[in-house]
Amino acid sequence: MRRFLLPLGIFFALVTLLGAGLRHDPGEIPSPLLGKPAPAFALPRLDQPEQNFGPEAMKGRVWLLNVWASWCASCRQEHPLLVDLAQRKVVPVIGLDYMDTKPEAEKWLAERGNPYQLSIQDAKGKVGIDYGVYGVPETFVIDKQGVVRFKLTGPVTQEALDKKLLPLIRELNRG
Amino acid sequence: MAERWRAAIVGALMAGALLLVAGSGARAQSAEATASVVAADPALDQHVQRLAEELRCLVCQNQTIADSHAQLALDLKAQVREQLARGASDAEVKDYMVQRYGDFVLYRPPVKATTWLLWAGPALMLGIGLGALALKLRRQARDGFDDGVPAGENA
Repeated sequence: MRRFLLPLGIFFALVTLLGAGLRHDPGEIPSPLLGKPAPAFALPRLDQPEQNFGPEAMKGRVWLLNVWASWCASCRQEHPLLVDLAQRKVVPVIGLDYMDTKPEAEKWLAERGNPYQLSIQDAKGKVGIDYGVYGVPETFVIDKQGVVRFKLTGPVTQEALDKKLLPLIRELNRG
Repeated sequence: MAERWRAAIVGALMAGALLLVAGSGARAQSAEATASVVAADPALDQHVQRLAEELRCLVCQNQTIADSHAQLALDLKAQVREQLARGASDAEVKDYMVQRYGDFVLYRPPVKATTWLLWAGPALMLGIGLGALALKLRRQARDGFDDGVPAGENA
């Protein structure tokens, strides 16, 4: 009987290892931006293209930078949650309209509601690269000092809001 | 019977040859597509290509940005090109990518505290295997060959 113990042990060790690997989402790559100042930019506003907007304008407030696009399918999924968040005035959300066109983006917002304090146009995706965006939607939590505290890749879900985003926003607002 | 075997082998060879031809066709096509992105200066092109082969496309994670045709990969390749043209070194371009996308963007991640297992893992496994083999051989040399069947059940 004892001769089976070792293979059995190895088997279970492997199962544990592979099981952990299966539960791990390879799409989730830790952002090197965490704990670092949000990269500066100056991009035209979607509603008033003659005006530029940059993250320094949000100094002193906890805010979300939500990367979205009218062509992005899973942005539809998170959109109602963002609209709800905006209605309850929990946290200001700035939209980074990523590699999109103005007419398409405006149509999208008109149809689905506009949860953003304002959106800025990153038509070429340059700022997206500075923020390490690789899968829209992405959401960054930025604190009062302008430091990136959290990044969510993929759509905002109720679970992500309740477990991660909202508690973090509350904590940052206290501090 | 032999006839049928021969037919099967010939069939398999033909299928293999067909796959090869189809494969090289696809490769030629992708080379063409890449060529349309890069232009002019062949030395720079080569340099961009070489560096792009070391950078991971984050959208389609098992491809380099040299291979991938995802929009992000094309944009990043354009970035690499722009920076090299400006005179940046390979290390500077890689730093630029790592600052934004993390070590994951490198196909050859640096050796550091969080990645040593990744680098040492294969050697470690080999060591464990060789150790186990040596132990087993030594025990066999001492105790005689053990085929795993209790004595007496051999017949």
